[in-house]
Amino acid sequence: MTEQSQAYQKLAQDHIPKPNYLKNTVNAFWVGGLICVVGQVFNNWFIAQGIAKSTAGAYTAITMIFIGALLTGLGVYDEIGKVGGAGSAIPITGFANTIVAAAMDFKAEGYVLGMAAQMYKIAGPVITYGITSAILAGLVQWLIWR
Amino acid sequence: METKHIGAQSVAFHSTPGILETFSIVGPKEGRGPWGNDFDTILPDEIYGEKTWEKAERKILIEGLSNVITKSGFEPKAIDFLLAGDLLNQIISANFAAASFPISFFGLYGACSTIAEALILGAMLIDGGYAQKVIAAASSHNKTAERQFRFPIEFGSQRPPTAQWTVTGCGTVLLAAGGPNPKVTCATVGKVVDLGSKDPNDLGTAMAPAAADTLVTHFRDFAKNTADYDLIVTGDLGRVGSSILAELMENAGFPFRGNHIDCGISIFATDEDVHAGGSGCAALAVGYSGYLHKRLLAGKINKILIAGTGALLSPLSTQQNENIPGVCHAVAIEVI
Repeated sequence: MTEQSQAYQKLAQDHIPKPNYLKNTVNAFWVGGLICVVGQVFNNWFIAQGIAKSTAGAYTAITMIFIGALLTGLGVYDEIGKVGGAGSAIPITGFANTIVAAAMDFKAEGYVLGMAAQMYKIAGPVITYGITSAILAGLVQWLIWR
Repeated sequence: METKHIGAQSVAFHSTPGILETFSIVGPKEGRGPWGNDFDTILPDEIYGEKTWEKAERKILIEGLSNVITKSGFEPKAIDFLLAGDLLNQIISANFAAASFPISFFGLYGACSTIAEALILGAMLIDGGYAQKVIAAASSHNKTAERQFRFPIEFGSQRPPTAQWTVTGCGTVLLAAGGPNPKVTCATVGKVVDLGSKDPNDLGTAMAPAAADTLVTHFRDFAKNTADYDLIVTGDLGRVGSSILAELMENAGFPFRGNHIDCGISIFATDEDVHAGGSGCAALAVGYSGYLHKRLLAGKINKILIAGTGALLSPLSTQQNENIPGVCHAVAIEVI
């Protein structure tokens, strides 16, 4: 960066408002917490129906993905995201939101090169690095406990 | 030959082309703002009966152009040139809208400075004797801009406080040789200024140096100062960019005298969730063709300098971590 650019960026810093980290953290905590409580209620209910604990977890994930997708389709999840931030992005409902929002958006460009190709635009990196880190973690486990 | 080029970067229009008609269309959010009563059409929704957001933006621009022509009473064929642009890749809104009119067309891309760029070029065409009537137009649409520059519309993300909200709408201005007041008297064509900004969520900071550069050059080229204008109107610097601009102007020895407004800040009501304010080609385009033009006609203001500010980025350049240069074009519009 040139001297002039550095001087300008320094001057600009005084005018740039900082995000309200405390408010955002508190909102992320209660919104994320609330989503988890809803998930826990479903989980307990599935177990109460006599479903095995491990299977109930999968049922809960499916239910939460459905809710996330539905709220995205109804145009509500982006409003939740505005308040919740990471609190609504991190849970599995947020993952559903990324895929459904992209699928809705790119439908205009067709079902193949639009919707199907672009629906993982935001979720794609999560899947890619999720799988990559799972493989690495598996390798480490295998090396230690084989 | 007598030169019309003044100083470093400016031009004077000796025949002072007049602004014959304007037309403005905005979305519902803009319609709820403080300038709501000044716009010709306020849409009830942003999709405007179309299947895609891109088609909706094009329809808005077509309507804006048709209406300004109808209002003027001329046949479309009587217009010599159409100068228009928008924010979408390959300026598809302007290109496709122009297909509906039998008018020679120049497509422009100046990001959000487009309407100022179009007005300058239009006034040059008329003052040079190449045209009698020219339409300058620009459009932007919140949803098409979101899709192209940011995230899918229903994606639940949190914006930083520096982010801006793209204005939905279009503004069209019909310039005519020897036309009535208000008149386009002179202009300063901006340089592209890059002072190392990289944040696509903070375009005000990226554009403010270009705005200061063009305004200071304008005042030097014409030996004027800020007090010579009733209003100095920037396009879409937003709250962050405007605050930086005020400091830059002060440092350069041309402080504003309480006579600077920014369309991005003024267009939305303060309780709208738009963070640092509005942005987009339409901010200044509807700001002029709606609010400012009516004030000039009513004699409430007589001499204004409108400065269109553009952030020159693309989704690709941002992802490749390039800087975001800015550009600003200033046009003086006066009741003589």
